[in-house]
Amino acid sequence: MMGFLDDYTLRTVALGAALLGLAAGALGGFALLRRQSLLGDAISHAALPGIALAFLLTGSKSPVVLLAGAAVVGWLGAVSVDKLSESSRIKYDSALGMMLSVLFGFGLVLLTWIQRQPDANQAGLDSYLFGQAAALVDRDLWVISIIGTIVLLLTLLFWKEFKLVSFDREFAHTIGMPVRYLDRLLTGMLVAAIVIGLQTVGVVLMSAMIIAPAAAARQWTDRLGVMIMLAAVLGAISGVGGAVVSSLQPNTPTGPAIVILVSVFVTVSLLFAPHRGLVFREIRAWKAGRALRVEAVLVDLYALASQHADSSHPHSDRVLDVMASMSGASRRTLQLLRTLGFARQIDARHWALTPEGEQRARSVLQERKGGRV
Amino acid sequence: MPHVDAPSLAIEVRDLTVAYRDKPVLWDVDLEVPAGVLLAIVGPNGAGKTTFIKAVLGLVDPAAGSVLILDQPYRADRSRVAYVPQRGSVDWDFPTNVLDVVLMGLYGRIGWFRRPGANHREAALKALAQVGMESFADRQISQLSGGQQQRVFLARALVQDAEVYFMDEPFQGVDATTERAIVELLRDLRARGKTVVVVHHDLQTVPEYFDEVMLLNVRRIAAGPVSEVFSEDNLRETYGGRVAFLSAALARKNA
Repeated sequence: MMGFLDDYTLRTVALGAALLGLAAGALGGFALLRRQSLLGDAISHAALPGIALAFLLTGSKSPVVLLAGAAVVGWLGAVSVDKLSESSRIKYDSALGMMLSVLFGFGLVLLTWIQRQPDANQAGLDSYLFGQAAALVDRDLWVISIIGTIVLLLTLLFWKEFKLVSFDREFAHTIGMPVRYLDRLLTGMLVAAIVIGLQTVGVVLMSAMIIAPAAAARQWTDRLGVMIMLAAVLGAISGVGGAVVSSLQPNTPTGPAIVILVSVFVTVSLLFAPHRGLVFREIRAWKAGRALRVEAVLVDLYALASQHADSSHPHSDRVLDVMASMSGASRRTLQLLRTLGFARQIDARHWALTPEGEQRARSVLQERKGGRV
Repeated sequence: MPHVDAPSLAIEVRDLTVAYRDKPVLWDVDLEVPAGVLLAIVGPNGAGKTTFIKAVLGLVDPAAGSVLILDQPYRADRSRVAYVPQRGSVDWDFPTNVLDVVLMGLYGRIGWFRRPGANHREAALKALAQVGMESFADRQISQLSGGQQQRVFLARALVQDAEVYFMDEPFQGVDATTERAIVELLRDLRARGKTVVVVHHDLQTVPEYFDEVMLLNVRRIAAGPVSEVFSEDNLRETYGGRVAFLSAALARKNA
């Protein structure tokens, strides 16, 4: 492991990916809660024509120049989506989808046109499509660090304002918060977080760095602070992990490696997170179903018993099966009732209520009556 | 009784008109609400009740009209107004807890770049106690019932300690406990000289809960003390032909 730190390329790439992961994760958290996950997608695709235009206008291939172009066009794209959905009948998500494909298509046209020019200088712009982390140098790292730090500091500085406009915009407006400016600020920060990832991850996959860490983090916590922090950390871990994987495996590009890693986090979180994970929910549903079956059979037994003077009169499980054709009784449920002390087995086929079972059945019936008001 | 120098009118709305794409939603509405009064806004679905509140608060831009709150434009001093939006207007799966939502009512007072302190927390807990929710302070908001959500929103407005309150359908779909708590709260606010405007949908309880009422259906049909304007003729004009359910409400009033 120590050897990695001596490897200049890996160190640079890992640091850059960690920082972009932090910023993208944190901003993605807010985008997710504001139901603007797709906004990141639109901004990153809009960056492509920005990169091409910046090159055409300046003739420079300096990342700072190209990323500035990406930021400008990405920002304009995001603001136009807002304007379009406000001033027309087009819905926000349709406007996003349109902006995304139109600008990306335009970017591809420009890129193809640039590559056809008889000038050898143009090579390399297409590396922004999927990112080329190995090309990162110290100066790029500085740009990423400075922008990433600013984005994270602004998040801390405007923490409660961002929380309120994300939760209840109208209320924020009534207490005098400049909701529109805060919106724009968040969008601007999102643009910045995306732009610093373009060299490493590329325009096509960058939106995953916005959405995925946030979606994974949301599964584990019900606290905003923890969620945003976790999203940032997951983004950073994916960044570093992707960089290491691609350096260990020649011919594995860094950007896709990062995105695959972050998808693993999402999958695990969706399945196994307590409370919100699918597995947990299944278990809870199964437990609730079992409790219902137990109650149903208990009540059936009680109904049978109440037809006899002696409430401990044994009853055949076949009768219970018939009665339970709706409530789903089974041998297993009867066994469970015995474990709980609510029923006892008289012989192979016959069962009876215990006094505890009788009492429990009565209180179940009482509850049902009460709940039906 | 109000102070000598207290303004006689809490809310003064003139010619308020709102249109969504050429279609008028509110047409030339005037309203004067004296201070220290509980006023209900009633009217059929689509009558513009919510739009009225939102236009008064500047959440939607009116095409025409003016609003004065305590003799001042609303923007001049927002701290004197509190707003309780419809409970369905936010995502209750947002990752936060009850106390945090109530604290949001203090964000205007706390100011930029600062975090809520111990005194703010104390005020929020007090407001929660007023709606009977103090033991829920640490509860995730996703685990609240509809009535509890409503009471959290009310606590957030209480902590603002405003003079004029606007509440959008606070009684919508709440349990009996919450309904009683809200009524008690309204009376307490009135006793403290506050003015409360409530969008309300249950005609039967209007005479019992409120002092004044505005009957609204795009236009203002009538407004004033319940005993004067809550009449069969006015209700018929507000709700059109669907009057079968009105008689019960009137019977209540005349009882």
